[in-house]
Amino acid sequence: MKQFWKAMLKSPSGVIGLIILLLAISVAVFGPMLFPNSPWRMVQRPFLPPFTLSTVPLGTDALGRDVFAGMIFGARVSLLVGLVSTLVALVVGVPIGAMAGYFGGKVDDALMRFTEFFQTIPSFALAIVLVAILQPSIYSIVASIAVVSWPPVARLVRGEVLSLRTREYVQAAVVTGQSNSWIILREILPNALSPVIVLASLMVATAILLESSLAFLGLGDPNLISWGYMVGAGRTVIRQAWWITVFPGVAILISVLGLNLIGEGLNDALNPRLSREGR
Amino acid sequence: MPKRVLLGLLLACGLTAPALAQEPKTGGVINAVIQPEPPGLMLAQVQNGPTQMVSGNIFEGLLRYSPKLEPLPELAESWSVSEDAKTYTFKLKKGVTWHDGKPFTAADVLFSMEMLKQTHARARTNLAQVDKIETPDDYTVVFTLKQPFGPFLGIFEVGSMPMVPKHLYEGTDWKTNPYNNAPVGTGPFMFKEWQKGSFIRLVKNPNYHEKGKPYIDEIYWQIIPDAAARSVAYETGKVDVLPGGSVENFDVPRLSKLKDTCVTGAGWEFFSPLAWLWLNNRQGPLADKRVRQAIMYAIDRDFAKDVIWNGLGKVATGPSASTIKFYTDDVPKYPYNPAKAKALLKEAGYKGEKIRLLPLAYGETWQRWGEAVKQNLQDVGMNIETIATDVAGGNQKIGDWDYDIAFTYLYQYGDPALGVGRNYISSNIAKGQVFNNVEGYSNPEIDKLFADGATATPDSKRKEIYDKAQKILVEDVPVAWMLELQFPTITRCKVKNLITTGIGVNDGFKDAWLDK
Repeated sequence: MKQFWKAMLKSPSGVIGLIILLLAISVAVFGPMLFPNSPWRMVQRPFLPPFTLSTVPLGTDALGRDVFAGMIFGARVSLLVGLVSTLVALVVGVPIGAMAGYFGGKVDDALMRFTEFFQTIPSFALAIVLVAILQPSIYSIVASIAVVSWPPVARLVRGEVLSLRTREYVQAAVVTGQSNSWIILREILPNALSPVIVLASLMVATAILLESSLAFLGLGDPNLISWGYMVGAGRTVIRQAWWITVFPGVAILISVLGLNLIGEGLNDALNPRLSREGR
Repeated sequence: MPKRVLLGLLLACGLTAPALAQEPKTGGVINAVIQPEPPGLMLAQVQNGPTQMVSGNIFEGLLRYSPKLEPLPELAESWSVSEDAKTYTFKLKKGVTWHDGKPFTAADVLFSMEMLKQTHARARTNLAQVDKIETPDDYTVVFTLKQPFGPFLGIFEVGSMPMVPKHLYEGTDWKTNPYNNAPVGTGPFMFKEWQKGSFIRLVKNPNYHEKGKPYIDEIYWQIIPDAAARSVAYETGKVDVLPGGSVENFDVPRLSKLKDTCVTGAGWEFFSPLAWLWLNNRQGPLADKRVRQAIMYAIDRDFAKDVIWNGLGKVATGPSASTIKFYTDDVPKYPYNPAKAKALLKEAGYKGEKIRLLPLAYGETWQRWGEAVKQNLQDVGMNIETIATDVAGGNQKIGDWDYDIAFTYLYQYGDPALGVGRNYISSNIAKGQVFNNVEGYSNPEIDKLFADGATATPDSKRKEIYDKAQKILVEDVPVAWMLELQFPTITRCKVKNLITTGIGVNDGFKDAWLDK
């Protein structure tokens, strides 16, 4: 563990990514405490440009709502959706991939055809359809993002398990009569974890983008403010009021960039040999 | 020296030009936006908004209506009403011809009524009061009613009662008649071509029955599906006329400030779109009158008008728009007063039960309005949850009475008997419809007042009845009236006299001219 952190902190991209993520998380956690007002509240005159009033530093939107408050509350929704939907995707994808890789044969065939079924449908189109059918709410959004993002996890885990199950220590466990679930959970998965962690960090970024795109198209949860919603709602007035779209857009850009940097850092830290050979 | 004389002449011309500007000039082409593309142009069979807008140039009705909703002659040049208010005699204008040169006569009127009764839902309802129609000669039509019907003179505008040519439709299958695709009317403009997805082109009718009109040579109705692209088309000069509702409200102030741009909210008096919130009177907290009144006090309607609708329109005082007949503002008032709303909620014993709000999925303006209303209601302590949905899904929920609060706006058609009563009388409560009495309000007194109001004579008696009905309704708040909407029409200032009646752009471009 110590070694991991050392490697992580050595990679500059990992450090920058971590700083960005920590900042975003602290904004999401503590921000609403500093700004107790609802971001939906009309506080000033509409279309107030940024940096004119200290109470609304980033200006107001078409209804006179505080853009800065929206950004802070939006961070909470965007990060939460990103993390939770990734977790759900892992919970679905890892067992399917592990079982397919471990048991092989017909189980593998069945599970992989099932996975391919989801992979052949363009993921964003599927997400739109799901949210539209289920009615937009935070739950349907998390569910639909999870549904479109688990297949790559399953395929990755399956590949890892396929190669690990031929290793001697796994065969030794089989010979000593350990149960299948014990072998998968204790012997194989811990060793397959590092690429999954790298993938997961990138999936959080993708999920944030997906949520933003859905909200941009008007398929966000109408009761929650998110960055994508702000960009979508400000889009029609972008020529009069650039700040309504630009600030949340930058927030999306930075947090997605941060998560990608973390993914890179994790990759360096978890596969030291690979990365050193690469250079 | 001659140069200076010439300059002086030019200056003189320039100075006198404004005085001459009132004299219409002939010629020129107008490009207008039509949104969305109409499904068809046969007005007697298709009544979508865009169809009415384009086909109002091709077809005509017997009457048109001034901004004050007084009947004006169109195909009928005069009319009279019998003593008992049951017989209406119309004298038709002579010398009117269809676009193919055949004369327009009383036989066409009779035939049109026959067709409209089958193909036009609103005309069918309006004509239900008619006992018989007779044509004593080629230029006289006599309607005999079963009982007096106050708003009868208000049902003859082109969109409600377009005249169709008997000689082209009689004995054919109306739905598949080839003239549906190239409609023939008596109007100032003739159908020329329709490039689907691109434009509809109308050309001047040289034999139009009002001498000298129309002034314009051609109209191109440009079809541009994206709202932002429509604004750009105006800015770049591709189109000169943006009819109401064709650009997002947020773009209106920017476009209005452009050079040579004129904006007007006129031309909607006949339709008088009134926006309100359906309040489900059947169940939950909203079954209590005090909660419904609290909603009226809680919502800042001036904010909605000034910010969301850019100052256009008017805060509604009750079930009638101020532009229609028998409107009265002598009703209880509900100014923005959150404290009073809170007190009423407390009195009604509201304890934070969840209330579902259904915005209207008609674009950004309505989305923002839904958010503002939600915030207003939350500020007085109501627990509001917005339900996101598309137009079809929203209609489904409203039709199934599966909502607590829902946005809508409906036309009033100039008379309370045509456009107001239908939303409050208990015989109009029926599942599956998205207008009429959706809120489930039932009051025998109101039922009786609206039944009497439609058939009472003379007008002073009707006014008395409707005054009473409006007072009772505003006290009971069956729905929460928001705004009398005005959809601004944006034009290049060189387009003159585009809107001259209460029917607005839908009445056709017959008086319009271009100041070059």
